[in-house]
Amino acid sequence: MQTEIITAGFGGQGVLFTGQLLTYAAMDEGREVTWIPSYGPEMRGGTANCTVVISDEEIGSPMVSDPQAVIAMNLPSLDKYEGKVRPGGVLVVNESMVDRAVSRQDIKVVMVKANEIAEELGDKRMMNMVLLGALIANLPVIPLQAIEKALAGHLPERHHKMLPKNYEALKRGAAHLAQ
Amino acid sequence: MAKELMKGNEAVAEAAIRAGVTAYFGYPITPQTELLEYMSRRMPELGRVFVQAESELAAINMVYGAACTGRRVMSSSSSPGVSLMMEGVSYIAGTELPVVLVDVMRGGPGLGNIAPGQGDYNQIVHGGGHGEYRAIVLAPGSVQESVDLTVLAFDLAEKYRSIVVVLSDGSIGQMMEPCELPPMQPLKTKFPDWAVTGSEGRDRRFLSSINLDPAAQERMNFRVMRRWQEIEANEVRYKEYYMEDARFVVIGFGSTGRVALSAVRAARAEGIPVGLIRPVTLNPFPTKAIAQAAQQAEVMLVVEMNNGQMLEDVMLAADGNAMVEFYGRMGGVFMLPEEVLSEICRIAAGGLSTEGHPRDRWLNRSAQKK
Repeated sequence: MQTEIITAGFGGQGVLFTGQLLTYAAMDEGREVTWIPSYGPEMRGGTANCTVVISDEEIGSPMVSDPQAVIAMNLPSLDKYEGKVRPGGVLVVNESMVDRAVSRQDIKVVMVKANEIAEELGDKRMMNMVLLGALIANLPVIPLQAIEKALAGHLPERHHKMLPKNYEALKRGAAHLAQ
Repeated sequence: MAKELMKGNEAVAEAAIRAGVTAYFGYPITPQTELLEYMSRRMPELGRVFVQAESELAAINMVYGAACTGRRVMSSSSSPGVSLMMEGVSYIAGTELPVVLVDVMRGGPGLGNIAPGQGDYNQIVHGGGHGEYRAIVLAPGSVQESVDLTVLAFDLAEKYRSIVVVLSDGSIGQMMEPCELPPMQPLKTKFPDWAVTGSEGRDRRFLSSINLDPAAQERMNFRVMRRWQEIEANEVRYKEYYMEDARFVVIGFGSTGRVALSAVRAARAEGIPVGLIRPVTLNPFPTKAIAQAAQQAEVMLVVEMNNGQMLEDVMLAADGNAMVEFYGRMGGVFMLPEEVLSEICRIAAGGLSTEGHPRDRWLNRSAQKK
């Protein structure tokens, strides 16, 4: 069993951290896991993405062209990855940052107003946690509790006062189930 | 022991530290810089030597000098920076010094780009510096292997008084995977009898690569080549996957080897009897294993992120016993599993032309696609 997830968005949206958190959670669950970022002469505000592969056996390629799931945090990422999600896969879209619907009919689409939800919770930077919660609720690769444990286990101590709000963000996201 | 999630470059640095590296000299270059950055923090913390030199040329010559003391020393760089080091590498080889060098390859030639590549194969495996020398070359395919092979690199360098190159690439350097780190080894306190450690109370030792007497130079060359025979006999490493009943065999190293693993699994799921050999030591090359596979296989497919460099070594090993095909990506373009899968399917379908060199057949096929 192998699952591939791509997270994509603007630099600064927590694209790479979202993938890393998923990776920590998978590692702590005893799974094989690989995280690889797109890297290049990139700058703040540019586009960023990373691929996470979670498996029960030695992982082959760290990159895939047809991931099982994608989190698209902005419009360029939706445009780039909508066509790439494997049929039957999951596409989580940050509805706050796109101005169009998803046309694919053969995948599970989860639209989440992640910016607004994060702002309601008091910190717009938690937008990525809302989207990750939505992904986990629609893709049974890792339990939500494992993500929460990974946050507590790998976030530096000085950020731990933020944990309850992050858990809340994950839960708010997880309430979004694909139609 | 608990696993840690580490970036390939940082894992190499921490592994070197735990293997007892006393001094690191380097110069930043992407996609290798995290290695140097990690060293810049950790080495002073441990009271060890970290120097960011003014250039790669300076760095390798600092390594040269420091290696003369018998301490564990290293440098790291990426393709263009490694080219700059080549004079020093040859001098180190000419002085028979144990040195570990890490090359995190990127797309080229020239300044190229910072995406992953494997174009330095010939430079690192078949020479690079002038004169005759061999470097032991280890090619990790994962973060865990980056750790394990870095530790091994120091051991082999000392055992054989040889340069050992850990030949990684941008993808392995940048990826994060869980890995188990080795225990911290204490720094060496005993040094070999050739090391320059201060000659008070004994005859002086002299280390140099200059040898003005050709006959004496030739004796040195013979000594080093006999040592290389020992390395060839003892240090070949490779990994095999699904080889038992394989009629087709894919051969790839490093990141391309693991991309091929995905393709081989997908092809197996379609019922194609295909296996994989992933050379871990590129020098010494797993010639015997590949020769043996050539007896069993109908076709061998070499995949590389270059223009077919290891291909030549596979062809020599196969010695005409199996047909050899090639598929490559160049310039920093990362190979994807479905490309290798479609090559495996093409080969399994049969009816292949044997006309000309595998590289020319590949070039012709890719021209037709455009």
